[in-house]
Amino acid sequence: MEEAPRPQNPLPSAGEGGGLLGRGIRAAGLAPGADLAGFRAAARRLIAAGVSPDDIVWQTEAASLFAAAPIPADGSPLHLPRAVADLIPMVVPHRDPERYGLLYALIWRVSRGERALMEVASDPLVHRLHRMRKAIGRDLHKMHAFLRFRRTPGEGPERFVAWFEPDHHILEAAAPFFVDRFRALNWSILTPEGSAHWDGALRFGPPGRREDVPEGDRFEAGWRDYYESTFNPARLNLDAMRAEMPRKYWRNMPETAAIPALVRAAGARARAMIEREPTMPAKRDPVRAVARMAQDEPETLEALNAIIARSEPPVPGATQAVLGEGPVGARIAFVGEQPGDQEDRQGRPFVGPAGQLLSRALEEAGIDRREAYLTNAVKHFKFSLRGRRRIHEKPTAGEVSHDRWWLERELGFVGPKLVVALGATAVLALTGRQIPITRARGPADFHKAFEGFVTVHPSYLLRLPDEARDVAYRAFVDDLRRARAMAA
Amino acid sequence: MDETLARKLRILADAAKYDASCASSGAPRRKAGADGLGSTTGAGICHAYTPDGRCVSLLKILLTNYCLFDCAYCVNRRSSNVARARFSVEEVVTLTVEFYKRNYIEGLFLSSGIIRSPDYTMETLTRVARKLRREHGFRGYIHLKSIPAASPWLIEEAGLYADRLSVNLELPTEASLIRLAPEKDGAAIEEAMGQIGERIVQAREERRRFSPAGQSTQVIVGADATTDEAMIRKSALLYGTYGLKRVYYSAFSPIPDASAALPPQAPPLRREHRLYQADWLIRYYEFSPDDVAGAAEGGMLALDIDPKLAWALKNRHRFPVDVNRADREMLLRVPGLGARAVDAIVKARRHGRLRLDDVARLTSGLKRARPFLIAEDFRPTTLTDRLDLRAKLAEPAEQLSLF
Ligand code: SF4
Repeated sequence: MEEAPRPQNPLPSAGEGGGLLGRGIRAAGLAPGADLAGFRAAARRLIAAGVSPDDIVWQTEAASLFAAAPIPADGSPLHLPRAVADLIPMVVPHRDPERYGLLYALIWRVSRGERALMEVASDPLVHRLHRMRKAIGRDLHKMHAFLRFRRTPGEGPERFVAWFEPDHHILEAAAPFFVDRFRALNWSILTPEGSAHWDGALRFGPPGRREDVPEGDRFEAGWRDYYESTFNPARLNLDAMRAEMPRKYWRNMPETAAIPALVRAAGARARAMIEREPTMPAKRDPVRAVARMAQDEPETLEALNAIIARSEPPVPGATQAVLGEGPVGARIAFVGEQPGDQEDRQGRPFVGPAGQLLSRALEEAGIDRREAYLTNAVKHFKFSLRGRRRIHEKPTAGEVSHDRWWLERELGFVGPKLVVALGATAVLALTGRQIPITRARGPADFHKAFEGFVTVHPSYLLRLPDEARDVAYRAFVDDLRRARAMAA
Repeated sequence: MDETLARKLRILADAAKYDASCASSGAPRRKAGADGLGSTTGAGICHAYTPDGRCVSLLKILLTNYCLFDCAYCVNRRSSNVARARFSVEEVVTLTVEFYKRNYIEGLFLSSGIIRSPDYTMETLTRVARKLRREHGFRGYIHLKSIPAASPWLIEEAGLYADRLSVNLELPTEASLIRLAPEKDGAAIEEAMGQIGERIVQAREERRRFSPAGQSTQVIVGADATTDEAMIRKSALLYGTYGLKRVYYSAFSPIPDASAALPPQAPPLRREHRLYQADWLIRYYEFSPDDVAGAAEGGMLALDIDPKLAWALKNRHRFPVDVNRADREMLLRVPGLGARAVDAIVKARRHGRLRLDDVARLTSGLKRARPFLIAEDFRPTTLTDRLDLRAKLAEPAEQLSLF
């Protein structure tokens, strides 16, 4: 897959130079390495001047080998198809000295009418450029994968240094990956061609030396232990390993020192495993332990509540999980939506404005709040910040199903005769389906061990205009009376 | 690193190595925050390869190899006489972060023997992931192996931190589960898969995070008499029913302390390879499980040729296929043409007719493809009828040699 190193571009000899100059040969001089900006500028000017690929010598060495006509000074931006524009930066880092000439030939053909040329992957030029792109992609990938950092010794902030020898001029193209990944660390990557340094800003510098990297690292032995232990001697497959991790990378990877010994011992280890008689279990059968663990689930409401209390709120900033409240064995249970701002602060359900309205309605309906069980479908307050105010946000269906296991178990412990769903979210939690309250209002079947009843959430009443609110409130109290009768 | 930690690492990496999945792909692209660590690239990176040819992408370890269960194929079963160890939550976090900083790994793949109880075990696994995300701002890849019998809410929480959740099926039939993994409950395993699958779909709709790289499972090949066809049909069912991302096939491997319930044997590596190829045909080449079953003999895939070639040889009447005319679906059925080559052919032929040389530039599998295709300047004539075609294209039949 790798491009073989190629001899320098055969340049015309000095003698021929004169003759070629007569034909208007241009020399495009570019900086060593991957000179993307230089190539772009040169290509722009040469295309604008209509210079054919055959009339250009791309020089990547500092010294010009022969005098040539100057590159035209100006050129308007090129409008290239996306596929070509994307290809250029992926081929420029290739170490093949012909890369610029090949790219220019592509641009030339595309700008002369073959707009869809990149789609013809079977075209020899496109094919060759594709292979070069692939070689760069592979080189980048291997650098991302096989580079190893070592921590520099001493106290103070951590600093990591790596030595790597890429096949192509890819240091600049590879660096962003390491920035994205190790943003909080200080690090340097040294290569024979140049170096990259990060300490909050990215800098490129002169070539480094292997000796500039620390000798070892505190975790290297542990890494080698891991590497050895994760190898299964019964599956030895050296070809697959070499295909993916060519030997040329090995000398900069600390773990590869373990390979020869692993390979040597593999056969004997695998044979020993196969030939060894199966051993008889040394330990007694832990029947009791296994039986006990089968019933590890919370056995009381307190145990369940302890689990809920440990859980994380979906929105950072919520104070605590708000647990259900009321006696185990309550005849009637109410399920609301989720705690609000007040509930979140006080850690108790139905204490905010809607909760106070519910209390009043319960009293009017003849239900003693202290003898009922009150809880919510979702256990955490969810909000968005507007200024300093925390504005309630409706839980999504996903959040409701996230908490449904708790609600089910909770109601199981309480064991009410009747469960009243207050509002659509409670219905969703109890049935798994979205049902409009207007349709479901009244007795309901939740397919559970208790009877069900659906009514509105008290916060709905708070949002109504005054006149409508009175009527709706009366209807709500009526619902609660019916519920009381059902639970009796 | 101190010696006790190193010793635990050796034991608990060794104990985890029989799990075939090590992929770090499929997570949404992420970058490290200003004072965080880690990124994901979408494609996954293999940081090294061991001499068994498998990639090292994640720190794949067990929290502990103590286990109360007694699954016959497992080195960690309670009746096995291997050395035992247990990491603390803090130790796993330290190893992950320190290895990650040195660019050894893409993240963590954490699994565990079942200790004390499924819930206790699952909670501890989750604590590791939470600590990495919350206290270290870790954005690398995390794969947690769910404990199937754990309470559903613990799996819910795990999905908030993990990139991938998996539950290992291990044995594709209920009968073999009962025989070889007596404490495991097949229904609980599929229930957990169902729960995870449902939550993944829902979270995607709501643009929230829940195991964004999906879920996977592993089945063991060669520990019992299950046929390839049964495995493939089971996988197709799992992909369809629970939206699984991957089914991993793990050739049953000899283990240091084998159970008497399983004959010690060399791992059926070639068979494992063929199953992966068949699985691939179904996921990317529009083959149906019936197609694969049709290419098999007595429920077993051929070892000397790959399943695509086996299918083509059994369906010679559908070949040769004209690269300049055939539709994509049929081109995908040509042995030696991969999905990428097919896409390149379809694109290129819009601009001109393809000759054999052109096709050669688009695939590295021309030798195998030749007898099955027609190009502008090429027609295989009698090749597809030749009786010795299979022999000409087959690989050496013996099992990959160990020694
Ligand atoms: S549950 Fe079974 S497969 Fe898992 S670690 Fe325990 S013995 Fe092994």
